[in-house]
Amino acid sequence: MSPLPARKSDLLSAHARAVIDHWLAKYPADRRQSAVLAALREAQHGNGGHLTTDLIEAVADYLGLAPIEVYEVATFYSMFELKPVGRHSISVCTNVSCMLRGADAILAHIERRLGIRLGESTPDGKFHLKREEECLAACCGAPMMQVDHVYYEHLTPEKVDEILDGIE
Amino acid sequence: MSEDLLSIEIDGRALQARRGSTIIEVADANGIHIPRFCYHKKLSVAANCRMCLVQVEKVGKPVPACATPVAEGMKVHTRTPFVREAQRAVMEFLLVNHPLDCPICDQGGECELQDVAMGYGRDSSRYREGKRAVQDEDIGPLVATDLTRCILCTRCVRFGEEVAGVRELGAIGRGERSKISAFLGRTLDSELSGNAIDLCPVGALTSKPFRFTARPWEMTAHAAVSPHDAVGSNLSVHVRRGAVMRVVARANEAINETWISDRDRFGYLGLSAADRLTAPRVRRAGRWEVVDWESALATVARGLESVLAAGGPGRVGALASPGSTLEEAFLLQGLVRGLGSDHVDHRLREKDTSDQGLAPLSPGLGMPIAGLERVGAALLVGSNLRKDHPLLGHRLRKAALAGARVSAVGPVDSPFTFPLAGRVLTGPAGMLKALAGLARALGAEAEGPVSGLVARAPVDDGLRSIARSLAESSPSVVLLGDLALAHPQASLLRALARAIAQASGAVLGTLPAGANAAGAWLAGAVPHRRAGGVALARPGLSAAQMFDQGLDAFLCLGFEPGFDCWDGHRARQALGAAPLTVALTAFASPEWEELADVMLPVGVFVESAGTLVNAEGRWQSAEAAVAPPGDARPAWKVLRGLANLLGLPGFDYEGPGEVREAVRAALAGPGAPEGRGRWEAPDAPAEEGGVVRVGELPIYAVDPLVRRAGALQQTRDAAPVVRLAPDVASREGLATGAFARVSQGAGEATVQVVVDDRVAAGCAVVPSGVGVTAGLGPLFGPVRVVRA
Repeated sequence: MSPLPARKSDLLSAHARAVIDHWLAKYPADRRQSAVLAALREAQHGNGGHLTTDLIEAVADYLGLAPIEVYEVATFYSMFELKPVGRHSISVCTNVSCMLRGADAILAHIERRLGIRLGESTPDGKFHLKREEECLAACCGAPMMQVDHVYYEHLTPEKVDEILDGIE
Repeated sequence: MSEDLLSIEIDGRALQARRGSTIIEVADANGIHIPRFCYHKKLSVAANCRMCLVQVEKVGKPVPACATPVAEGMKVHTRTPFVREAQRAVMEFLLVNHPLDCPICDQGGECELQDVAMGYGRDSSRYREGKRAVQDEDIGPLVATDLTRCILCTRCVRFGEEVAGVRELGAIGRGERSKISAFLGRTLDSELSGNAIDLCPVGALTSKPFRFTARPWEMTAHAAVSPHDAVGSNLSVHVRRGAVMRVVARANEAINETWISDRDRFGYLGLSAADRLTAPRVRRAGRWEVVDWESALATVARGLESVLAAGGPGRVGALASPGSTLEEAFLLQGLVRGLGSDHVDHRLREKDTSDQGLAPLSPGLGMPIAGLERVGAALLVGSNLRKDHPLLGHRLRKAALAGARVSAVGPVDSPFTFPLAGRVLTGPAGMLKALAGLARALGAEAEGPVSGLVARAPVDDGLRSIARSLAESSPSVVLLGDLALAHPQASLLRALARAIAQASGAVLGTLPAGANAAGAWLAGAVPHRRAGGVALARPGLSAAQMFDQGLDAFLCLGFEPGFDCWDGHRARQALGAAPLTVALTAFASPEWEELADVMLPVGVFVESAGTLVNAEGRWQSAEAAVAPPGDARPAWKVLRGLANLLGLPGFDYEGPGEVREAVRAALAGPGAPEGRGRWEAPDAPAEEGGVVRVGELPIYAVDPLVRRAGALQQTRDAAPVVRLAPDVASREGLATGAFARVSQGAGEATVQVVVDDRVAAGCAVVPSGVGVTAGLGPLFGPVRVVRA
């Protein structure tokens, strides 16, 4: 056993490192910071959908950044979760176009159906209703929502039920 | 007129401006005030506060003066109704979320936001909604947070990234939820972190020790000079009713720019230590008695006279801390020399001074401090520059960021805030080998005792590359740091460094601990030269020799033997055994209570007027800002009084100014030394194959005052740990967090272990200057480390 403490970046899986390296290759060698979004996304993905303090430090160590620099990014972008959340993330757009087309009713329907409020996850860990997602640039299909990486447009409460029923 | 100058107009004044400068720079240079928060001349432009909006003719919108470069013929207005309206609007936005409770804010009265709101804001708020509140964070013992007051100017963030070189604070979250934060649960550990207090334009980051203890208008500001390192940073000491309340930076572009280290900023906390000595004490029949000055000085005089009568002047020695002022050092050496002894020294942390005759008049940086940021290459030998002299570290960082190749040789690979171009991590014996290799790679002419070393030295590609960097760059510099000076064969290191410098065209610099080592040399507080550098035919004993050989009377000024000496154990023994040990000290430490026979209370830092000569040879004098506590007196007065009592002639100085003039007069004489030829280098210490101690001096252990600065002692840098090279740790089965028993000679200490691959193989960094290791032996030497 080595008496030296392990490096923080050891926490990242071999797969995660490979993905980060793939992104690093796209940028100049002295611009490792450029890969921070991809690295955080991969770290989050490998950890069941949320980041931990250790993972943020691991990414910082791997990219040669100060932990606070990575933390700034992780707290700025809404796609990063800093606490455990449900497996499937639902973002309902409530911005102007969607609001005019009934987004508030869609959101209320989802809250009622899942029994949770905006920003919460279902107790079974299946769904997470993301807080305050702004315009997702699909106004032509308003009202809309994003579930994981898929856009669903022209929503009605019935269509929402159908979509959510179809998710494992 | 140079091509690079443009003509612009600000508020109708025709001005010349350098191409590429911004409106705010031109305005500042011409005394035209533009309000601002995020802009700072030493930081990058963020342009996020919008307070500096001005009007530029032919531009439709107001523009930020900090981010708008000047152009030929530009006409700028800073006070038109258009600008006033923009300023009022920005001010209104800034105050939307800022509490309007200035009377209970620590910044009140010296707040840029308060001032600018007064000058440029509306007289009442139209905002009726709830304000945002932000939870505070504990970011360590030095800086307090009140994040609700933050206006997100990000000066503190940019300072960390751009100046301190450590990104510790950041702006997390976004939009209305943005806030300044450290990484989860971390503290500010940078040696420059306190500058964020000066930089913060509002009351969001304030001094934790000072907070809520005084109002700015209650205090008077006194100019002072930092007593903790060889930079001599300019300070402004704020005093209320005879007590130092806080210390802030005083700008001096040539020395500290606008920054000071945390040690400079918070060292004053030691002034109010519980063990301050406030009255003279004399040991009578084994018990300490408080006496008046007259009888204390009489006891000292009688004691000295009886030692002189019994053993002659050769039995008397004097030792001064390298932080003693020029005046103190001069009077102390004058006093012992008046008694007929040349045993006087300030080089408490040095062992091998055998080449002292070759030393320049006063060892130092060899160049101006500001010059350090313009070097093309540097070689640091045994120096943790960043922690030893934080603002020299900052200058060298600037050079490195501009492309300078900085390399390091030493037993500890100290973390720098820039990448090193080369490094040799090696124990004390290896340091000689590495420097010899460098000298050989450069084809240097090696002098006497080191010629054999150079001829035999192996040279590898790493050394060749360092050698090339020094030879190819101009200017380049070789700096001998604290661990080089403390090396048991420091004279050989110096000779090798000299050879390297000569062969590569580099400047040779020396960076001793202490604020006035350079001044101590000038003042004659060395055994082989009088004031002014007049060489003596028969030198007295050096500090290490005095302790090794033992004397009958010691005069000790401003240091603590177990903490500040090369071999603390031996120093304690010698001082304890001497019939007369007189401590001129500000603190009645248990150590002095055990070792001394007389303790004379003296003032430290701003309690005494005096002069400090910094690493670039600059003399800086400061008046006293407060009186020493109780009956304590400035040391120069005590030494003058004692000399008078002893009947020594020539001690009629009316004040420190006259003492200073006496040193100047001595320097005007013909006494400048020549670097004359030969010296007897000491034998190599026996290689025992065991663990070698490296007695690094931690940043907050450098002098008695800092060691008592409570807040500094709570920082991470102050944690006393022994850092073991991985091979040493695995041999002893020690892991990080375990406790080790460290024994050296008769001394023993139990210290927590950190296993650190930045320590050279076979070495253990056992810090000096800290309580737990104070009883141990030499800074370099064999040491036993076992599981406790």
